[in-house]
Amino acid sequence: MKKVRSNIEKRRLSGVTAISLMSSLSLLYFGFISPGKDKTTFGFVLNNEWVIIKEWVIASATGAKIFSLIAVVASIIAVLAFRANRKIVIPAAIATFGILMSFITWVASGKFIPFTGLLQGALLLAVPLIFGSMSGLICERSGVINIAIEGQLLASAFVSGVVASLTHKTIWGLIAAPIAGAAISFLLATFAIKFSVDQVILGFVLNVLVIGLTDFLYKKLLVPYQSTWNTAPTFGHIELPILAKITVIEPIFFSQSIVVYLMFAIVATITFALFKTKWGLRTRAIGEHPTAADTVGIDVNKLRFKNVMIAGLIAGVGGAYYTVGSVGAFGKEMTAGAGFIALAALIFGKWSPIGAVFAALLFGFADNLQSTLTIIGVSIPSEFMLMVPYIATIIAVTGLVGRVRAPAADGVPYLRGGAH
Amino acid sequence: MAFTLTGLIIAISDAKVLAKFSSPLEFFKSALATVGNAYLALFQGSVYDVNLTKGHTFIHGFYPLSETIVTATPLILTGLSVALAFKSGLFNIGAQGQFIFGAIGASYVGFHFHLPVGIHILVAALAGALFAAIWGGIVGLLKARTGAHEVILTIMMNYIASYFILWVLKTQSFLRPGRIDPIAPEVNQSARLPLLAGANFRLNFGIFIALAAAVFVWWLLTKTTIGFKFRAVGANGQAAKTAGISVPFVITSTMMICGALAGLGGAVQVLGSEYALNADIAGSFGFDAITVALLGRAQPLGTVFAALLFGALHAGGRTMQSSTGVPLDIVLVTQALIVLFIAAPAFVRYLFRIKKMNTSASLTSKGWNG
Repeated sequence: MKKVRSNIEKRRLSGVTAISLMSSLSLLYFGFISPGKDKTTFGFVLNNEWVIIKEWVIASATGAKIFSLIAVVASIIAVLAFRANRKIVIPAAIATFGILMSFITWVASGKFIPFTGLLQGALLLAVPLIFGSMSGLICERSGVINIAIEGQLLASAFVSGVVASLTHKTIWGLIAAPIAGAAISFLLATFAIKFSVDQVILGFVLNVLVIGLTDFLYKKLLVPYQSTWNTAPTFGHIELPILAKITVIEPIFFSQSIVVYLMFAIVATITFALFKTKWGLRTRAIGEHPTAADTVGIDVNKLRFKNVMIAGLIAGVGGAYYTVGSVGAFGKEMTAGAGFIALAALIFGKWSPIGAVFAALLFGFADNLQSTLTIIGVSIPSEFMLMVPYIATIIAVTGLVGRVRAPAADGVPYLRGGAH
Repeated sequence: MAFTLTGLIIAISDAKVLAKFSSPLEFFKSALATVGNAYLALFQGSVYDVNLTKGHTFIHGFYPLSETIVTATPLILTGLSVALAFKSGLFNIGAQGQFIFGAIGASYVGFHFHLPVGIHILVAALAGALFAAIWGGIVGLLKARTGAHEVILTIMMNYIASYFILWVLKTQSFLRPGRIDPIAPEVNQSARLPLLAGANFRLNFGIFIALAAAVFVWWLLTKTTIGFKFRAVGANGQAAKTAGISVPFVITSTMMICGALAGLGGAVQVLGSEYALNADIAGSFGFDAITVALLGRAQPLGTVFAALLFGALHAGGRTMQSSTGVPLDIVLVTQALIVLFIAAPAFVRYLFRIKKMNTSASLTSKGWNG
């Protein structure tokens, strides 16, 4: 009898097929058809950490074969897992890692890859994305679509830069930023919840509003009066004792500005709060089934309003990373679409905090790999590398990698008595 | 109302005005003067400017009006693209990417081939529309087959398109001989849209293409079966499905037509006023299109008027920037405020304490799962 497959199974099948195909292609192409002729060097030491391993040299062809083989084995496990109806996420992730590493070893034949720098850069690029996606997460889990992440990030980057410049204190910048993020959230919450404005349109308009306002003020105030308005100091790096001396791990995790440590704390808090506390249960309830939540006495719109405001505060800290957290001065449209990539990371991570973090790290990695490869000079046009996060998101939302489902009541205004 | 708010922002941000804050009367005078000057410049830059007639005939004073129409032409087309999508219940943020592909297609045919005058324009414009129709169609197909939300898809497709044009401009076939910066060769004379008011004005035939497209969209939506299906799906997808309308077909074909419209905008921009493809060709036409369609309430005629208004704001904004030093970006703020007030009829009622009116429902798209 022919086996009947549901739509979800069909998509999982095409996901498994795609990853197996890519693994085999990677082995064939990077390993045999067009092997690298030279050696690839991976560098591991960045600063003054203890040297456990300094660098690793491997013939490009051999390295590519090894990593591709790992990918192929992982794909086979994924196929077996699929047939046994078990989860395919972990083998699929390993396979992706193998293909990526194989690609790097192949493409950097005869060149030096600063491996630790690559990972550190990936984390740093992912920081605002993670803050942004956490903001989106809290909004959307409670049933309010937040496309205004970009606006929240940009507004808070602007405000924190200006406040830190005027007060000459980084800490005031860090305090002011969440307030700016929350101000955008206030507009989002008021119009979306109180006036039932379409949330996608609203978020879009808020972005335009913030881009227009910050560009305008930037040209009007920050450029002509740069010395007083746009010379924000930045946070120094805090090195943790002992931990900050370990190779590879140190520069990535334990020698960062305070904003990065804050990020780890916030992600951990959200993960715990969303799944283990009363607040989390209620938040998920109003995002999935507001009517049921209302029936048991939760004030849906009040909690939504509160959560959207919290989300604004979180995105605000992410915005502060752009100015006081890294470069100091505010630049015109300096968030450059990070809010949308954060949104993509949220969806790619299936609306779960950990998933969103990994997706953001992946996007940060792709972005940083692109600039590293451009610097060491490889033949692939950087534009195609830059497209990777967006293509990955399209693959994710079209459901090639498992099922992606938004909270059921996401974007639907709640009116008592079911008037919608 | 949006204009009052914008005026307030202009006044507050002007340092000279702020300096007089100590005496309230002087402050208000100065603030009014600043705002007045800014809006005067806005008018001079968008409709008629007496200063331009010096040494020329009085007709030359209408140069700004020509600029307004030139800016509005692609906006009408992209605006129609977004408006048509709204009618089928889709939110097309992808006009930007579709515009880019239209511009690439039209530019390539424009400079690469040598064809007779009328035919060359037609082929180039159609190539642009076709490229963009395919680009838009991908979104439609993906949404129809997998249910992925078109907003996410189009946002991502916009980014891909903007990197794609950067790459295309670096390839051998798009490199202008003798230049290393990313700018394509100018399209051949035979592919350029005829100018309507002499060489001094950029006003060109493109506006008629845009108006014809508006008539086409109106005809499509109100006089044809397929347009009826579009509107049926837009009004109630479930009901339309029950009535036997193929929703996937409607989604795909809508997005293809939307793509073609936005692509035509890109083609008109290349063939009518820019001539050479460059990385910044799309400007913000695709994004402004959304505000245009919202302001025009997704009606073809409304979209045309909204595009003319925004064209005026943009053209005038440039003059305002150069003559009074108020940055062009304030136009963005004005646009956002206008749309915010339009999208939120409940808010406006609340603001003016108006009792419940029989207004038509505000535009809505659907949530991620919709």
